[in-house]
Amino acid sequence: MTKNILLVGVGGQGTILASKILTLGLQKANYDVKMSEIHGMSQRGGSVTSHIRYSEDKVYSPVIEHGQADVIVAFEKMEALRYLDYLKVDGKVFVNDYEIPGMPVTSGQAEYPQGIIEELKRVADTTVIDANKEAEKIGSSKVMNMILLGTIIGSMNLTNIDWDQILTENVKPQFIELNKKAIKCGIELAK
Amino acid sequence: MSKQQLMTGNEAIARGVFEAGVRFAAAYPGTPSTEILENISTYKEVLAQWSPNEKVAFEAAYGASLGGARSFASMKHVGLNVAADPFFTVAYTGGNAGLVVVTADEPGQHSSQNEQDNRNYARHAKVPMFEPADSAQCKAMTKFAFEMSEQHETPVLIRVTTRVCHSKSLVELEDRVEKEIVPYVKNAKKYVCVPANAIIRRGEVEKRLDTLKEYSNNCEWNYIEDNGKDVGVIASGMAINYAKEVFGSDVNYLNIGFSYPLPMKLMDSFLKNLKKVYVIEENDEYIEDAVKMLGYKHICFGKYAPDESRFLPAYGELTSDVIRKAVNGGKGYVASFDRSKVLGRPPALCAGCPHRGFFYELGKRKDVVVSGDIGCYTLGFAAPYNAMDFNCCMGASVSGANGMQKVLNMVEGNEKRVVGVLGDSTFFHSGMTSLLDIVYNKGNCITVILDNRITGMTGHQQNPGTGFTAQGEPTEIVDIEGVVRALGIKHVRTIDPNDLTLMRETLDWAIALKEPSVIITRYPCVLKKMSAHDKNEWPQMYSSKCTVDADKCIGCKLCLRSGCPAISVKDKKAVIDKTMCVGCSVCKQICPKDAIN
Repeated sequence: MTKNILLVGVGGQGTILASKILTLGLQKANYDVKMSEIHGMSQRGGSVTSHIRYSEDKVYSPVIEHGQADVIVAFEKMEALRYLDYLKVDGKVFVNDYEIPGMPVTSGQAEYPQGIIEELKRVADTTVIDANKEAEKIGSSKVMNMILLGTIIGSMNLTNIDWDQILTENVKPQFIELNKKAIKCGIELAK
Repeated sequence: MSKQQLMTGNEAIARGVFEAGVRFAAAYPGTPSTEILENISTYKEVLAQWSPNEKVAFEAAYGASLGGARSFASMKHVGLNVAADPFFTVAYTGGNAGLVVVTADEPGQHSSQNEQDNRNYARHAKVPMFEPADSAQCKAMTKFAFEMSEQHETPVLIRVTTRVCHSKSLVELEDRVEKEIVPYVKNAKKYVCVPANAIIRRGEVEKRLDTLKEYSNNCEWNYIEDNGKDVGVIASGMAINYAKEVFGSDVNYLNIGFSYPLPMKLMDSFLKNLKKVYVIEENDEYIEDAVKMLGYKHICFGKYAPDESRFLPAYGELTSDVIRKAVNGGKGYVASFDRSKVLGRPPALCAGCPHRGFFYELGKRKDVVVSGDIGCYTLGFAAPYNAMDFNCCMGASVSGANGMQKVLNMVEGNEKRVVGVLGDSTFFHSGMTSLLDIVYNKGNCITVILDNRITGMTGHQQNPGTGFTAQGEPTEIVDIEGVVRALGIKHVRTIDPNDLTLMRETLDWAIALKEPSVIITRYPCVLKKMSAHDKNEWPQMYSSKCTVDADKCIGCKLCLRSGCPAISVKDKKAVIDKTMCVGCSVCKQICPKDAIN
């Protein structure tokens, strides 16, 4: 049975590193894995997505179908809503309680929409996480992405994979411990 | 290192190039192909270069092949338009050692100006073509393409699409096989394309195609999966994967990985026992037309149904849900929610982008028509600048401006001046010949070269102006102003675009001139990794940040016209996001109340 994980956010939030770590772990656990990213304009404040699909059997498409994501992890709250039509009927949303306004808001053409969290909760099984606050507790707001990765690991029951090893192989030495803590924090928050 | 690795299609093509013993690779950056050469450049065994444009890249690879090394070129789909001229004739000559070209197409146009299907180029130029469906095939087909190129004395085209390029799947790594340089032997009858020689090669092309047609019917890349059904699917490239998600084992499959020449006999034998066939392919009806030509229109569901009504969408990606919708109306549950709570995130020029000052000043003018080009600066078309009237392809800004200015000059009383706008890399790509046209044909339009010292939009590739090669070796820094003067432009100014007064005065100067002029705005991209040369030229670059003096700010919002993502207005006062601001000072110069320090 193929599992579908959708990571969404805004360029520069670290979705790409989080999805890289995730896919490497899944590969290590001998799953067939496919991952697809669209990030053409990401550097310039655009919306970014990573589709991750894995299975004990063969995975064909690297792209999740609408209505099929087991979990959506949103690094920014409006992005959670943007891609909510990818969520499965019994899928889960983990949403970072974090706002990045975007050009229409900063330029004064629009207001950042109110009631996003309420709308998410109305439609889907939603867990709100203040990843920025949690990250600062750990020691750096930069590990926000690893906390959110931790929520995926927790909610998809992937805790038996040796994530410490994957981090050791893929993160700069001085940040390994911080990232390990962040993933553990995310796993706890997903419980 | 594990022998099995998760790789993008682009990484896998680069790995295939490495393993195939290739010694020379050239490209011009373009989404979604850019990372192919970037990855190749990390293999020290391969000489990898960014060429000024795709035509040059292909021709350099052709020359390298004649020299006797396995050679490679990659480009985005529209890049092959630029390289089409040599591509069509090299199809006649072939190389000496293997010659392989990648075209990266964009179903869905994620980052491109059009959605052309470059499979048509294979048929048009009579060049054999592969269509990998995943990263493992990217590597395998790339390697095999070199064998085919040498055996049949032909360039070989590999057509990939955005999802193949940018999605990751597992690849088995193998060792590089070194290939000796094949001695070059003079052979004018083969390589000098005068008509008398080329017409003979023309015949050879047909002979080669006859052989490859047979090969296509019997090769490992084109194969049937027989599930004992009377419904079938024919698909190529990434569309195979989408189709398998939808149909599972409920249909028979014909997988097409070698798609020019198409396996007509194999297709016929697959089709003859079917009651219905779905042809799943992105972009044009390339396979579908062949199915119909074989006489199966009455059972064929592709872009069109047998009654010629629309079946699959004509354009965009054919992801599984798109196919499912056409086949059985879709899968069911899709969350419905209040979409009005979702705002767009249109891309914006970065905080500190050196194009900002230029577009701010240009956007204020009513006496200009702006001819744009391909790069980050295309964003100048959008609000708040609205400073672009048209754009189409690399280099067209300059030549288009010239043509338009000539006609506007014919209109009595015309005061509109046409300004062509392009970047440094785009100028090297194909702006130089257009500028020559202005000089030679006595045009008088204005050209602005936004020289941000790097190829920005595609993610910071070196170019002839940056002082480094693709593999990081120091090289000559081509002087844009020197090139412009050498082409015959007499009026040239190089300025700092962050100085708004200077920017405005320089535009006034150019607009007042009766002769053609060039303005070069020279300032590094804010994201550029600065070279020693850059640091020497801009020692103080962005060393402070701007702040708002709330007592002086009157909330007039004029600073928002800078279009800077770091500025917003809260509670009627401007606010500058410190994490984003780099202190370019454009907003400070705009502020009428000196409220920004």
